[in-house]
Amino acid sequence: MSWNRKHLLDIESLSAAEIMTVLDTARAFKAVGERAIKKVPALRGKTVVNLFVEPSTRTRISFELAAQRLTADIINFSAEASSLKKGETLKDTAKNLEALNADIIVMRHSASGAPHFLARFLQASVINAGDGAHEHPTQALLDTFTILEKKGKVAGLKVTILGDILYSRVARSNIWALIKLGAEVTLCGPSTLVPKVFEQMGCRVTYNVEEAIRDADIINLLRIQHERQRKTMFPSIGEYTSLFGLTKARLAKCKPDALIMHPGPINRGVEIDSEIADCGRSVILDQVTNGLAVRMAVLFLVNGGQGPQEVAT
Amino acid sequence: MSQTTIILNSAAMHRALTRIAHEIAERNENGAEVALIGIQRGGVSLAQALGKILSGIWSLPVPVGTLDVGMHRDDLDRKVAPNMHPTEIPFDVTGKTVILVDDVLFSGRTIRAAMDALNDFGRAKRIQLAVLVDRGHRELPIKADFVGKNLPTAETERVEVKFSGKDDDAVIVEKNS
Repeated sequence: MSWNRKHLLDIESLSAAEIMTVLDTARAFKAVGERAIKKVPALRGKTVVNLFVEPSTRTRISFELAAQRLTADIINFSAEASSLKKGETLKDTAKNLEALNADIIVMRHSASGAPHFLARFLQASVINAGDGAHEHPTQALLDTFTILEKKGKVAGLKVTILGDILYSRVARSNIWALIKLGAEVTLCGPSTLVPKVFEQMGCRVTYNVEEAIRDADIINLLRIQHERQRKTMFPSIGEYTSLFGLTKARLAKCKPDALIMHPGPINRGVEIDSEIADCGRSVILDQVTNGLAVRMAVLFLVNGGQGPQEVAT
Repeated sequence: MSQTTIILNSAAMHRALTRIAHEIAERNENGAEVALIGIQRGGVSLAQALGKILSGIWSLPVPVGTLDVGMHRDDLDRKVAPNMHPTEIPFDVTGKTVILVDDVLFSGRTIRAAMDALNDFGRAKRIQLAVLVDRGHRELPIKADFVGKNLPTAETERVEVKFSGKDDDAVIVEKNS
């Protein structure tokens, strides 16, 4: 199995085999991060641009370090300090970056579909680092990588995603990836943030948190996205915590080997009890480490996808 | 139409490996500082087999590792990204005589990449190269120290090595006519 794509825009259009190619490749790159010399020359001479029109710290830093470990040059471009503030269109900004011979553009944008738009006219590869509430493909890949690493498989596992699903690109990408790989996905949260329409993606929707997490092998917690909500979707943070927060009492009734995941940043005492975030079942920091390996793999694969489409021997 | 010829059968492959192992033992008096590294994928099982024979000759365990050169190839922006396989080097290469093991030596580019990749793990005292088949057509100044069989080929032919320790192991040349 090999990777023939020039871009990584979403999980929805990937096959299960393509997802597995990324995860297999990421395993090799994770090993690189564990060596004394954590750098390989795979992208030597290539230029990667982090085009972050919407602010981000962890994803940007992860891509930045990933590119550096592949020996690529990297430029960080943020909306606050850029010509986008002076009225330049996104297309013109991207064209300007391409005029600097950028090979790969990693893009985060508040508008769904913005990376797909760039991919239509750029020669460079485009990697979606989060577009609005649509998708965040590398997050889903690092989450499935972490599940595979800890559980040895994805197919047949019961995964519960708990929290703000409606505004979450992480949830959408995760649902696509998990269902393609054969997991059973349950969504849970306030009914205003977990509409029944998600059942059409092949998940189960429930509003009873105890029932949602009782048999789960994986509990993936999502942060309440205050910045993306147009109006308050539930009465108060305190009420959210008491109804849907992962407390010690709730966790006590879960499977003893259930993994706790969270894409970060975590809000301690809101969606997750502070002690749970630091307990042995929490793999939140493994997710950060694995994110670096997965992003190295994605940069490596889309770079190969730019050349003549022949299969390497 | 393609025409296939068996160059080495299972027994001949085993004889070639035994001879290579004895040549390695002859060249390297101190077996304790020798380690083998099989290049993914064809070199891995050969390195393990050689390691077993050498352990018998020296009466001491010979460490064996695996190396994937995918990240160090020189054609990464000209081809689809290669599939990656595990690199596992469970010993310190610094100060060791590392013998790289591969199935077929062709352009030499894989070996160049392997030497670069190995460098990131430490400074080997020396690196030697063992291959089952040398089919010629070198594109780099690289030469094997230990060769199972020199096999003159046309550049368009395919050389395939099947090696899993079973009776149907073989070295096959495929001619396109």
